[in-house]
This record gives sequence, structure tokens and C-alpha cells, in this order.
Amino acid sequence: MSHVISEQRMANQIAANQRHLPEADAVAAVAGHIDRFWNSFLRSRLYALVDAGAAGLDPVVVKAVERIRT
Amino acid sequence: MSLLKEPDYGTPPKPGPAVVDVEIDGLPVTVAEGTSVMRAAALAGVDIPKLCATDRLDAFGSCRLCVVEIDGRRGTPASCTTPVAPGMSVRTQTPKVAKLRQGVMELYISDHPLDCLTCSANGDCELQDMAGAVGLRQVRYGYQGQNHLDATADRSNPYFDFEPSKCIACSRCVRACGEIQGTFALTIEGRGFDSKVSAGAGESFMDSECVSCGACVQACPTATLQEKTVLQLGMPTRSVVTTCAYCGVGCSFKAELRGTELVRMVPHKDGGANEGHSCVKGRFAFGYATHPDRRLKPMVRERITDEWREVSWEEAIGTVARRMREIQAAHGPDAIGAISSSRCTNEEVFVVQKMVRAAFGNNNVDTCARVCHSPTGYGLKQTFGESAGTQDFRSVAAADVIVVIGANPTDGHPVFASRMKKRLREGARLIVIDPRRIDLVRSPHIEAAHHLQLRPGTNVAVVNALAHVAVTEGLVDKGFVADRCEGFAEWAAFIARPEHSPEAVEGITGVPADELRAAARLYAGAPNGAIYYGLGVTEHSQGSTMVMGMANLAMACGNLGRDGVGVNPLRGQNNVQGSCDMGSFPHELPGYRHVSDDAVRTVFEKLWDRPILADPGLRIPNMFDAAVAGSFRGLFVHGEDIAQSDPNLQHVTAALTAMDLVVVQDLFLNETAKFAHVFLPGASFLEKDGTFTNAERRINRVRAVMKPKSGKHEWQIVCEIATAMGYPMSYTHPSEIMDEIASVTPTFTGVSFELLDKLGSVQWPCNPQAPEGTPVMHVDEFTRGKGKFVVTAYVPTDERSTRKFPLILTTGRILSQYNVGAQTRRTENVAWHREDILELHPHDAEVRGITDGDTVRLASRVGQTTLRAHISDRMPTGVVYTTFHHPVTGANVVTTENSDWATNCPEYKVTAVQVGLAI
Ligand code: SF4
Ligand code: SF4
Ligand code: SF4
Ligand code: FES
Repeated sequence: MSHVISEQRMANQIAANQRHLPEADAVAAVAGHIDRFWNSFLRSRLYALVDAGAAGLDPVVVKAVERIRT
Repeated sequence: MSLLKEPDYGTPPKPGPAVVDVEIDGLPVTVAEGTSVMRAAALAGVDIPKLCATDRLDAFGSCRLCVVEIDGRRGTPASCTTPVAPGMSVRTQTPKVAKLRQGVMELYISDHPLDCLTCSANGDCELQDMAGAVGLRQVRYGYQGQNHLDATADRSNPYFDFEPSKCIACSRCVRACGEIQGTFALTIEGRGFDSKVSAGAGESFMDSECVSCGACVQACPTATLQEKTVLQLGMPTRSVVTTCAYCGVGCSFKAELRGTELVRMVPHKDGGANEGHSCVKGRFAFGYATHPDRRLKPMVRERITDEWREVSWEEAIGTVARRMREIQAAHGPDAIGAISSSRCTNEEVFVVQKMVRAAFGNNNVDTCARVCHSPTGYGLKQTFGESAGTQDFRSVAAADVIVVIGANPTDGHPVFASRMKKRLREGARLIVIDPRRIDLVRSPHIEAAHHLQLRPGTNVAVVNALAHVAVTEGLVDKGFVADRCEGFAEWAAFIARPEHSPEAVEGITGVPADELRAAARLYAGAPNGAIYYGLGVTEHSQGSTMVMGMANLAMACGNLGRDGVGVNPLRGQNNVQGSCDMGSFPHELPGYRHVSDDAVRTVFEKLWDRPILADPGLRIPNMFDAAVAGSFRGLFVHGEDIAQSDPNLQHVTAALTAMDLVVVQDLFLNETAKFAHVFLPGASFLEKDGTFTNAERRINRVRAVMKPKSGKHEWQIVCEIATAMGYPMSYTHPSEIMDEIASVTPTFTGVSFELLDKLGSVQWPCNPQAPEGTPVMHVDEFTRGKGKFVVTAYVPTDERSTRKFPLILTTGRILSQYNVGAQTRRTENVAWHREDILELHPHDAEVRGITDGDTVRLASRVGQTTLRAHISDRMPTGVVYTTFHHPVTGANVVTTENSDWATNCPEYKVTAVQVGLAI
């Protein structure tokens, strides 16, 4: 259990809840949710996780982050 | 205001239009069919003497004091049990009935102590009034005969006494306990002269089934059942109508005072939520408001290890403002924030979020509603378009099938539970979906048709299976779906998949497939099916998904938009609804409008003359993470005890300790105050002026019964902090705050204190389209236009039982205590609940060598605590249960950081634990 990576846990959980969707839709849903509800502090920590190699992050989350950042 | 006495029409109103014309003592009156002669007379302005009748109870016809003569009829019928007939002419005062009444009164008085002048009820006794009304001048039967004058009193209940010598055996108490409260604790034992009221088989009130709701005390026409405070302080002389500050039912009360002293709280008959009923908390547990533990002076300290120093308001407010600004100067504008409280008034919450958005200059405001009902807001907004329950409480009286999911209304929402139980006794069917066998499953005259005893954490699998049955067995309301909803085809294709069948999920949920199918058919086939749910739905990793799952099911079965149906959250704290409405979430401005919406921001920016950030602020758990990371350093905590109520307390305390400035505003030095640098004394609900919004969106007035003991209103303190930070905020009266709310919130445009004073209460939306409010929502169309079906895939929680932690802990609350118990623990309510207890199944106890009453150790992967065990088969094997009312136990020491995927509402309802004997 670690709080340092709570963004990882939260983002993966959002992705898990969209897994029933086709991947492109899941990516859009995760991106939309993070964009709408996450504060910039959380988002920047999530981006940092992605930049650090995305270890432990759901691939859908990684794609969603790419989409939000562009 | 002088003492408010609502008129008593003797028997309850009858539904339907007034069509029957009658004459009472020559006065014409037109009433609804089935109305009693007594009620018709009262409506015509003629009071017929009565003792056993009262308009909260069905007529009983036992005292015979209410006899009348009716032209063309023989005899002297009792007016309370005789219905009107067209053209009837009634005479209420004739020599014949006068004589009969005097005879009746004489008999009563001959067995009643004649200590009127020294009796506690002097001036508030119907027997005394009636003796006067019938003109009783003499009592021919002395006390020589058999009587009850030396019957012993029962003073076992901490709040009221039972003095049987004064009892006239009218059975109003017995009927109130059954008809209104639904507990059936009282009976009349014996017959004729020997009949007497009894709480169970010769038991005292305290040892009986009595839940101390006070309905019998309220119904008693004499001083037989009397509040202890009236015995001590005397009869009150004036009333202030206000609202209970405990739970989301939002009962209206008359605070009755003698001088400046509060004598008792009496439920208000005109209260829209409670219609004259109450529970033990609102009715009796107000002693905390004047408890000596209350801190009334502001206090400051440099470090949390220092002693507190009492200071002036000026110094305290100045310190908060200065240090908040210093933190922002050093660490950026986002380094501070606030947590608002769902116990506070709408006006207080509104000014807190305004202070954050306009004075702090960020959106770092969140509410403790995060930890209970944030998934409700999210889920209902997605599907229906509005973050609120769909019905008024009254609607349950029209339900044919009632589904209770993850809620324990008899303990959590007792006054609403009484309404629900009444409907169930009338024949509505009940489905309970809960891991625990709550009281409602089997209670007097009520038996659930189905109890789906699911494994904690499998709600979504169950609701999907229910919907699967509706869709695959042709039970969908096709007309409703076609006219009113969208997204059905996609959702139906998903839900019809074989993996959602009851048989397929039985292994996951533990619910027998045939039982689940039967429950689904019952709900889907009902003319009116209503869903009520509580924290057992929201406090899960899929809380939001479950809310949407229930909304899907209700839409598919056409159970929305009229009386008797709906999807209804039972809110925890008194103002959960209101604090969410008022923009306490970091992503939403008042009225649930997203901060990224430019048009909405512009409205507020114009009014407040400050830019508002489009970026959502930090949620409570994010604040803690950011505090530990060092970027969030100043927090204003308004009326909440986050160091006790939030999950994973080690993390919370680490976060609080890491901050430079923690400001706590509360009645007591609570657990959070241990980490605070500034303490601001709060005001109890008796000192507040404002509004609360209950679970049915009803805005109720809270009126000050006394001046704030700290010298300042809470909204005033917040305004002064903002002003000291350089953003002037000032109001002369809370009604001005409501006016501001109304000016910027489309669902509130019609709301004002003036309107509330006129109507008593109003349910939002209240605007030009609905000037007197909206009891039932989504009637012709949903707030979002079409109701939206959302695909709700079941995703198991990460929290699973393991070899090390083989049991699942789930949490709840009990009737006599309230949340973290800061208030109720400071009242006589401790008589019912001295400590938190761990309930576990006999089998789980036996394999661990635990017997009832043992002290046990409860451990999860994050922490451990000790508490006493209670062996009970209410829980299935593998599941244990506790409440969280006492800080010593700190049940939240063991709950984890898991939370709802969409809203971060903590997953209190599922924690893998181990239990063992404490050594
Ligand atoms: S207090 Fe309420 S539960 Fe107790 S006996 Fe009276 S009516 Fe019944
Ligand atoms: S206790 Fe009061 S309400 Fe009950 S039977 Fe006696 S007089 Fe009537
Ligand atoms: S049901 Fe709730 S609002 Fe009503 S009296 Fe009890 S605690 Fe207060
Ligand atoms: S009031 Fe009618 S019989 Fe008692």
C-alpha cells in the first residue's frame, strides 16, 4: 500500500470501469473523466508517472494521458 | 412567538374532494367523503369534547366523551367513529349529551389524582381541559373504591417518565406506537377497570422494544407520559419552529422554551418531512448543544504541541487570514483550501465555497458529503440530469413494491422508516438487498418478500442481474423507454448477455438465482416500484456505477416521474443535499454546474468581481496526498471531524501533521482539533439562522432558538476571514445569502426566506416554472431531456479477502447515535449504545474461540483496533459488521484508501480483516 502512487491506482480504476468499451471509446472516456474531474496537481503527477515509463499504468490510461496532453 | 399549539381535528383527513354537505349546530360545512363527524365539526369551528381521539391516529371510539345527537338517528353516536352523510344535521350540545359527558368525566376523575395545580402537565392536560369543557362540577364517587393511584412510576427511560396513576387508558400511546412509529412496543393489559398500559410483558420502557421516539409522549393527553425536562423545568411558554440537525430526513420541530431555557423539542405537525413524528435523536438528544465540553472562545497556538491560548475574535480571524496569505505567498495560490460541512446551513456552506473561490482564488473546496453520497450526485446526474433523489417522502405511501438497498432506514432514517413501515403494513411488498439482515427484514407486521443477502462489494453484479431478468423476460416498460429514454438498445444488448444472468453471477454475489429472479419479477411487475438506498450503495469502489445501475433498472421498468416510484438516496447528515447543492465540490459551482463552463463562471465572476478558475480543485483525499507531498499546506475545516470520519486515519493524520495551518471550526475540541493551530468556536443548530435541505430536496428553515454562544454566527466568521484576506464579504442577515444563492442558481430562483416562512418549506427546483417547488421530479421529461441508459459493467473491488485477512468488514450506524457521535455521545443516548460492537456470525466466532462479549482485535492491512464482539446471525459467515460512533474504537483505523472510481467516495463497506481474541 502506498499513497505516493494513488494517481496510478485511481487512474487504473477509472480504466477498469471502462474496459467493457472498445479501446478507442475507453481511451476517450478515461481522458474525459480525468479532464473533467481531476485537479492539475493530480494530473501533473499522473503525467510524471507516464513520463517515468508508465510502469504499472493501464495502457488505456497511458493513451488517455497522451490525448489530454495534446 | 407564544406557545404554538397546532389545531387537533380529532381524526385524520380523508383523501378526495370536499363533496359532502352537513350541518353542525346549524353551521354548514362541506367535507370529503368518509370524514368523521368530529372532524367536520372541527372544520366548522365547533370543538367536540374528546379524549381518545386525536387527528394523528385512526379513531378508536373508547372514551365516549364525544357523543352527539344526529337528527333522524337514534341514540348518541360517538362523533369520532361516525362518518358524515349527505344532509346530516348534527347537534353537539344537548342536555342529553351534556349529561352523558359529565358522567364519563366523573368516572375518569374519580380514578385520577386531583393534584392538577402541582401536576407537571398543568395547563397542557386534555383531561383537565375536558373536565372544564363538559362543565364537571362534582365527583360523586370518592377515592374509597378501587383505584390506581398508587401504581408505581416507570422512570427507566432517560428522557420521559411513565406515571401510571394518571393514566386514563385511552390507548392513544399504544396506537401511536403502532400506527405512527410502527414499533408496537406498548399494549393495554387486562380489561375494563383493570386495563393498564404496559411496555411489553411487565417490562420497563427501557427493557422493552421501545426506541424512544416520543410518539406516545406526544399522543398522551395527560401527564402519564411526560418529558423529564418538563418535570424539571416546568411547562414551556413559547415556541420556535426549526429543523432537526441530525439526519437527512430533516424533521421540523417546535423548540419549546420557558424564558430562554429550552425545555423540549416537539415534532411539528406541519413539517413536510415528518408530519408530526420524530426519532429519539431529534426529539430528545439536544443536550449536547449546551454541554460543558463546548468551547466558546477562539483559540490559537503556534505548534500543535503547544497549549491552546484563548484569544479575541479579532486576533483569531486575523491570524487565519495572515497565515493563509503567507502560505499562498510562499507556496502558490493553490496551497490552501477548505472542507465544508454537511451539518452546516446552506448559507454557511455557500459562504465557505465563496470564500475559497473568490478570496482564496482556487477551487480547493470539498465537502464531507464526499465520504457518503458523492456517487449519488454523479450517478443521478449522468442518467437523469440532476444530482438529487426523485421523490418526496410522502410518495412512499403510493408504492406497491419497495426495494431497500444498502440502507437501514429504521436506524439511519427512522422517521422516514415509519412512513415506509406504514405502507408495508398496508400491504406493499418489500425487497431488501443487504449483506446484513437489517431489522426491516422481519419486524412487527412486516416481512420482506425477498432478502437478497449479497456479498459486500457485489452490488453492481446484483443490479445488473435484476435488469437482466427484466430485459430477457419481457418485463421492460417499452412505452416509457421509447418516449422518455435514450441508449436503451445498447444497454439492453449488454445487460442481456448471459454473463449477467442471476445463475451466472450467483457464484460472485452469493444470492440464489431463483430468489433474485423472483425479486426482479416482483419489482418489474409492480404498478409502482420504488427504490430507496443508502451508504451501502455509495461507499463502494463502484458506488457511482451502482447508482447508475439502479437508475437504469428504474427507467427500464418505467418506475419514474410519478408518485410511488423513483430512485431515492437516504442521505446521512442533515444537510448533505444542501451542501452539495451549494457548490461544495471542487469541480462544481452552486447548482451542480461545472467550473469549466465559461458561461456559468461568468455569472459568478460578475457577481463576485473575481476571476474563477476553470480547473477543478482538490478533493479531500487529494488534499491529503498533496499535504503529504508538501504542496498543500493550509486547511480550513468547517464543522467536520475528518480525523475521525475519514478512511485510513494514519494517512489523514500524517497529512494534517504536515500542514502549516489547520483551522478547525466546531462545537467541541474534536479529534481534528488535535492537529489544529486555530480553533474557532461554532454555533449549535439551536443558535443558527438559515436553511437545511433534506434528502427529498426540501428546503427547511432553521431558526435561532438562542443567540450564538460564541458571540458570532458561523457565516459571519467566514465572511470576516475573507474580508481580512482582502476580499470583502458581508451580509446583514442570512436571508441575504439565500437571495444571492437564488440570483445565481437556476433551481433556486424562487427561493427566499419570505417564501419559506409563507409555505413552511419548499422542494427545489423552485423557480418560475415551479413557484411552489417540485415534490416529484422528471414528471414529463427528465432534467437532461431523455433519461440516459449507461452501461454498468461489474468490476470487482481490489479489496479481497485473503488468507491473512479472511473476513470482510462492513460498517453502519445505529438509531441512537449519529455518525462520529460528537453530539449524541454527549447526551443520554449513550444509555443505548455505550461502545461500538463487532457483530460476527456464530460460525466465524466459534472457529476463532470467540464468545459473546469477548474483547477482540480487529485488523486490516492498514491498521487495527479492539472492540467487543457480539455473536449474531444477522451477518452471513465471512462478513463482520461494526458501527463507527466512538473515537476510542476508531473503526476507520482499519478502513482502507480504496474509493469509488468516479468520485473517490471511500469504500467503507468492504475491508478485508482478521478478527481474533485480544490478548
Ligand atoms: S417512545 Fe416511541 S417506541 Fe417507545 S413506546 Fe413510545 S411510541 Fe413506542
Ligand atoms: S399513558 Fe397516556 S396515552 Fe397512554 S393510555 Fe394512559 S393516558 Fe392514554
Ligand atoms: S429522523 Fe432524522 S431529522 Fe428526524 S428527528 Fe430523527 S434524526 Fe432528526
Ligand atoms: S373521542 Fe370519540 S370516543 Fe373518545
